[in-house]
Amino acid sequence: MVSRPHGGRLVNRVVRGKRREYLRREAGELPRIEVPLTRVIDVLDIAYGAFSPLEGFMVQEDYQSVLDLMRLSNDLPWTIPVVLDVSPEEIAGISEGDDIALYYKGEPLAIMRVEEVYGWDKEEYALKVYKTRDPAHPGVRRVMGMKELLVGGDIDLIGDYSDHLDSYVLWPAETRVLFREKGWKRIVAFQTRNVPHRGHEYVQKAALTFVDGLLVHPLIGWKKPGDYKDEVIMEAYKALIKHYFPKDVVVLAALRMNMNYAGPREAVHHAIVRKNFGATHFIVGRDHAGVGNYYGPYEAWEIFREFPDLGVTPLFIREAFYCKKCGGMATEKTCPHGPEHRIKISGTRIREMLRRGLVPPPEMMRPEVAEVVLRFPNPFVEG
Amino acid sequence: MADRERKGKYTTVSIPVTLYERIKKIIEGTGFTSVSQFVTYVLREVVASYEAEQAQEPFTEEERRQILEKLRRLGYL
Repeated sequence: MVSRPHGGRLVNRVVRGKRREYLRREAGELPRIEVPLTRVIDVLDIAYGAFSPLEGFMVQEDYQSVLDLMRLSNDLPWTIPVVLDVSPEEIAGISEGDDIALYYKGEPLAIMRVEEVYGWDKEEYALKVYKTRDPAHPGVRRVMGMKELLVGGDIDLIGDYSDHLDSYVLWPAETRVLFREKGWKRIVAFQTRNVPHRGHEYVQKAALTFVDGLLVHPLIGWKKPGDYKDEVIMEAYKALIKHYFPKDVVVLAALRMNMNYAGPREAVHHAIVRKNFGATHFIVGRDHAGVGNYYGPYEAWEIFREFPDLGVTPLFIREAFYCKKCGGMATEKTCPHGPEHRIKISGTRIREMLRRGLVPPPEMMRPEVAEVVLRFPNPFVEG
Repeated sequence: MADRERKGKYTTVSIPVTLYERIKKIIEGTGFTSVSQFVTYVLREVVASYEAEQAQEPFTEEERRQILEKLRRLGYL
């Protein structure tokens, strides 16, 4: 049996059919708030159940509980607040209990029942979620740029969001049906925002040896400049899977979700979200969801000890390297040879080589993968 | 963990004194700083496992049929 959704029920706030038509017309009569793409992605994650059990943006009780206890007010594990920020001008004249319409680029996206409007302390948020107030941290910088008030309340999705990545995206109900059709009961999910190198492939295969299937689940959405573009990641994985994995043991699907770079807290968040997609296991990387030197390399492993009730099993697989003497990939636990025999797989080094148009050595990256990346004129997110 | 836990809302549950004493002994030298913390940890694990057994199927047959169509169209099946 695949994992049960977090909280026991997969949330579905997608309005369809005649009710959707009706609500879209009604949206034109409601107070309107225009939201940026990052909030659109949150709305989709809520509506399609990726953020189950959330039915909307957090009210203050949940928000504060997540900050203080890393749990929702009903005690369920949850580590990253999901909030809608507004300015006082935008929310002027709107009372609790009112409906508002969320718009994106002039089109109605969702109806929201305003349950609560509240102030927030961005510095507190930054310190608790990111463990720093340093504006150089991309997550902190983004939070500091958000508006002064938060609005909590349930949402109903009445619009669509569409882009060139649509064909890569599956939502939780879809992966759940897919796993069932494939007869998979134990599924390990792999979160990524990178093109695959040999180290990634090694941990994926190590995990795959004791489950039925692997969900490679690249995150598409807001990322910092210098990260790989979404389409590059997807195409690179297609090449890896085609050439180096057996048929029918891998599902490659994209997850529309914002990246927070919140290190340990975000590792737990990633695991919860993959549980909603049906994963029973989740690979937690070294410095998972980290950035710079804000988090210890294994902090994201330690935090999982606080969640005996997560409902998804974290897999901690050590960093892999290529050992010339072993003639293959290995880890500290499996290889007795010294550093002179080892080729460290450095994501930063690989990125630098690709940026210069060079093919990394095959011990670091499969040539088929490098070839795909180099086909893109600029494979990186620009600043 | 202890600092965070103290900020939550709490209630009292009774357990036999003998069990309390046994727990006190087994948490010595572990990361648990109190019997309450240990009991909360264990209960959360048990409750989550019970809740998982009770969970309902997340979609209807009609929704399943539509999803299967999409999965075939995208080449997943």
